[in-house]
Order: sequence, then C-alpha cells, then structure tokens
Amino acid sequence: MYKYDQYDQAMVDTRVAEFRDQVRRRLDGSLTEEQFRPLRLQNGLYLQLHAYMLRVAVPYGTLNSAQMTMLGDIADKYDRGYGHFTTRQNIQYNWIKLEDTPDILADLATVEMHAIQTSGNCIRNISSDQYAGAAADEVVDPRPYAELLRQWSSFHPEFLTLPRKFKIAVIASETDRAAMRLHDIGIKLVKNASGELGAQFYAGGGMGRTPMIGPMIREFLPLDQMITYSEACLRVYNRYGRRDNKYKARIKILVHELGKEEYTRQVEEEFQHLLSQGIEPPLAELERIKQYFVDPAFETGLSDDLDLSDPDFRLWVERNCHAHKQAGYIIATVSLKPVGGIPGDASADQIRLMAQIAKDYSFDELRVTHAQNIVFPHVRKADLYALWQKLDEAGLSTANLDTVGDIIACPGLDYCSLANARSIPVAQKISERFGTREKQAEIGELKLKISGCINACGHHHAGHIGILGVDKKGVENYQLLLGGSEGADTSLGTITGPGFDEDGIVDAVEKATEVYLANRQGEERFLDTYRRIGMAPFKEALYG
Amino acid sequence: MVDVQFRFREDDAVNDPAVTVDAFGEQSNATAVRIEPGDDARDLLPFLDRLRLIEVNFPAWTDGRGYSSARVLREAGYEGELRAVGDVVIDMLGHLRRCGFDSLAPQHPLNPDDADAAFSRWDDVYQAAADSIGAGGRQPIWAKRHG
Repeated sequence: MYKYDQYDQAMVDTRVAEFRDQVRRRLDGSLTEEQFRPLRLQNGLYLQLHAYMLRVAVPYGTLNSAQMTMLGDIADKYDRGYGHFTTRQNIQYNWIKLEDTPDILADLATVEMHAIQTSGNCIRNISSDQYAGAAADEVVDPRPYAELLRQWSSFHPEFLTLPRKFKIAVIASETDRAAMRLHDIGIKLVKNASGELGAQFYAGGGMGRTPMIGPMIREFLPLDQMITYSEACLRVYNRYGRRDNKYKARIKILVHELGKEEYTRQVEEEFQHLLSQGIEPPLAELERIKQYFVDPAFETGLSDDLDLSDPDFRLWVERNCHAHKQAGYIIATVSLKPVGGIPGDASADQIRLMAQIAKDYSFDELRVTHAQNIVFPHVRKADLYALWQKLDEAGLSTANLDTVGDIIACPGLDYCSLANARSIPVAQKISERFGTREKQAEIGELKLKISGCINACGHHHAGHIGILGVDKKGVENYQLLLGGSEGADTSLGTITGPGFDEDGIVDAVEKATEVYLANRQGEERFLDTYRRIGMAPFKEALYG
Repeated sequence: MVDVQFRFREDDAVNDPAVTVDAFGEQSNATAVRIEPGDDARDLLPFLDRLRLIEVNFPAWTDGRGYSSARVLREAGYEGELRAVGDVVIDMLGHLRRCGFDSLAPQHPLNPDDADAAFSRWDDVYQAAADSIGAGGRQPIWAKRHG
C-alpha cells in the first residue's frame, strides 16, 4: 500500500502544526466558536451532543497493521476504549476533548494518517472498493487513482470553501461495491474498445434529503487528464453551485437544475481551457504511486481446498468470505454487527487484535468497508480456520455479511446533533429480532440501512429495506422504504406509507420479510422479489 | 475605504476607486473594478489590458467563489493588482496567495505575527495553481518528484 515520501510526511506534519495553532487561537479567544467551526470541521472535528467527535481519514479504506494498532491506542488514550467505523470508510471517536486533538493528530502523523478534510465544505476522503487489489472482477486496482486524487484534493486552494461537502468514489469493476453513483463525482475505471484504460465520470449523485443517481458525463477520459477534468468539474460547481440554501447546495442540485447536458457542456468548456494550464501531474507520477500497490508476494500452487467440517466455520465462510483473484487465497470480512451490538463499533482490544491478524495472515493489510465492516483482503485459505478461531474468541465471528443483521446505521440521536431520531436502538432491536442464524440464512441477502434524519448518513435510500427516523410532533417516528440499491443496479427506495413507532418499525421489517418469503421464486433476493411484485403486496401486509 | 494590510507587488499601490462589474461595462475609462461573489470574472476578460486593479470581495470567508474568480483572471493573463477585500481571515492567506491575490485588505486588520506564520506555513504544495504560472512559478510536489 501507499507509503509517504518526505513531501507527504511534511504536508501532514505541517497540518498538525497549523491545527495546533488554530486550537491555540480558539482557546485564547482570538477565534470565536463561529470562526473556528469551519476550521475544525476541515480537520474532522465536530461538536456533537455530548462532546467533540473526531473523524480520522482512512484513504480509500486501506490500512496497515501499524495504523490499525494506532487507531486502537487512540481509542484507549483519548476516548472511552472504542471507535466507530463509518459509511465513508473512516473511523470516528465520539468522546474527544478539544485540547487533546492536536496531540491525536500528531500521533496519527507518526503512522502516516490524518483527519484532513474528513468534514467541512471541501473535497472529502476519497472512497473506493473495499476489495480493490484482491477482487477477481476488477479491470485494475483503483487505489492508485484514488491516491492521485487524494493528493490533488488535499489543501486545494480553490476548493476549500465550496457550496457544500464533496465526495468522490473511484471503482474499477462492474460490481459496484462503493455506491459510486451516489457520490458527487463517481469515477469508474474502464477499458475502451481498443483495450486502453481510461476513466468514466459520473456527476451529481448523492443521498441526503434529495437523493439522486449521478448521470454519466464523460464516457472515456484518458488517464493523463483525470486531474484536469476533476478540476473543471469542481470549478464549475464552485462558481455556480447554489449558496442561498444549504439544502440545495450539493452538486446534485446544480446538475439537476442545469440539466446533465448543460453541466457537461460547461465542464467540457472549462476542461478545454484548463488543458493549457499545465495542472496535470505526469503519468510518471501515477506510475510512481502504482508501485506501492503491486500485488503482495502471493504463493503460487496453493490448494483451494477448505476443511469445512466445523459447522460454525462453514457458515461464516459461506456468509463472510469472497473470491480472491489468486488461487489458494480468499477475502475475509469481519462483521462489526454482532446481534444487539452498535453497527460499526469496535473496542480498542478488538481493533488491535484485527491489526495483529492482518499482520499474521493478510500481508499486513486491512480495509474498512462502507458497510462499516473490516476486511482482510489477502488470506491463505490454509490459514482461514486459524484466523476465524481468533476472531471467534474475540466476539468478531458474526456470520451475517449482507444479511438483515448486517445493518448500516448512522450514530443517530444518541450522538448526533442533527438527528431527529435514534438509529442505534432500532438497529439493535432488528438484529435481535432476526438474531437466529436460521432466520438470517432463510432470508439471505437483505441490505438494511437506517438513518436518524433526512441527511441520510445511514444510506436509507439505498437499502433493500431503508428506515428513516423523523420527528413527528416531538415523538420519534420511523418511515419504511423498500427497493433501494447501491450496486451496479443502483436504485432509490420508495416510502411504503405512514411511519411507525420504534417497536412498530421492527414489526414492519419482519412483515416485509414475510411477504418476500411467501412470494420468492427460485433464488430471488428480497430486492429481486420486490422489483418483480412491486409495492402493493407489501402495503397490503403493512397497512391492510 | 479599507486599507491594504499586505501587498506583494513592487509597483505603486493603485488607489483608483473600484466600480461594480455592471458600472464598469458602462464606464470605458474605469481602471479598477470590484467583483462580487455572484459576478462572472470572465466578463472582464476583454478589458484586462486597461485594468490596473481588480478587487474581489469576500462578504463571508466561507464563500469560496472569489478563489475561482482570481484563478480565472490569472489564467487569462491578468497581471495587474488582484486584491482580496472583505472578510479576509488568517486561515485564508496562504490559499489566497496561491490563487493569485497579491494584495489583501481585510475588513478587520489581522494579527501580523499570525499572518506571517500563515504566509510561510507550507513549504510545498500538492497541486498547480496560479502561483505555478510562468517561469519561476512554484513547482508542485509532483513536479519536484519528477524534476
């Protein structure tokens, strides 16, 4: 994976010094809270309901064991002994003191990490496919391109005070595991008819209160124009994105209001101008970055056999593991969704244990997924049982990936000052209701996502089943959505009808799964059945 | 008029009153103009030769349109004074310079020590911007890596 050179290290160290100075000016009163707010946000520091929350960047979700160990140590040293992995492939700490944050950033810098632009109205951490470099179906490893974009977007002087936040995802396979079309810019690396690699650009996707699936604006862009084209996309947005209403300030509204054709025309015009400005790094820079992402030293000639005689292990392999491109290897996912647990939470000890396992069994690499789980990307099948036993001892062997128990949830009203309703207790109740493995196995793949407010941090629009918490005259109320998807077949969920109270929504989810089971044909997933039979039978069961 | 607190030019300060972009279109003898966030800097491109001062107003520092205006002007070859006015704060200074501003007139004067620290904060930068234009321009990190 990527390693900093002296320039990268100096940039991160300088940022620590800058933020330390900003905190000093805040504490000595030279900066008011109102003036400080945008500055701390650009370092991922939020003021939540009870304390500061610090969001640490995990660029494109890739970590080594030293970095993961540091994340565990920070949880112990500065927080309450745990961290929360997020839908942006990052990690958040919920109980942080302002005075400690410069020291936390300094600790992070020692392992080539930071919290740069993990919040604020700027270009955020670049996200990518959690199976990058390991998946059998990718045309190329997307991470070098994400790293090129990370450097370009870090402290970009023109784009630090955009109309609103800006999220970019880069993928390189048909199976979209990063919800690419629900990003402000989505980039898909593709091969054209002559076999050349290039970038396909999508713009104007997003969730929030006005969910939109981003349209394609450029079918094929040569790789040595990616930065210039991105700069053109951003400049048009910075100049013309709405600033009169923060709920209409995302690029999706600009693209929608101008129309895809007009936005694209403006971008292309700006792009033609910028091509003469010499802002594109040479391809040699991409090649330099690529060297850090060459395959680890896989052994060849390994057997693909697995002893599945232990039924618990077998279930976990079937649910949580994914095909690797290299024979004899497998991709293993740790579900951070134990029955009744808080989605995405891990204790400091669990975080350090996963770091050690990565070191021993996965070429020192881990990934954070947007579904708030942790991946060991390169595991020898011969080691898989030993790895699983270690996870099992630490309470990390929940076998529920992509099932109704593998819930994505935002922090909700338990932590977040924007939320209208709690998300975590609903997630806990649902995971308990569907807690038996027989029940989860019977239902199969079912992506359930919960947001505690209309901002949609829990991706409820993109859940096969989505739940949106709202405030109804002072009482928490939950709306049910069906039919969303974030994959290659991206779609937005539809609200079933009137909302439910906290227990009612758990019952409603169960009823929806019963309708599915009664109507399922063959190997259909919940989503397939819903798409075939439509909303009516579900409405009938819920409200009839 | 607010005083210029920082100036990075050798020539004499321009004190011509800056007119609005709309008024500028009607006054063919004006040599100074002020751009508001909603103005299109490209409207000025046919007149760059006779402009000696362009002020770019930041009514709120969190509205970043002025950075794009500045780069558009520098990329089009404008070499006159480019002055940031309004809500100019310490933490913008480095970015303003990188986008081509060579004169800063903060509405509230800034602490000179904090400002010095901000101007000299970054030894290197990740991307090309207005400060990279022309011979002797600042080389971004990728250029140094492959120089």
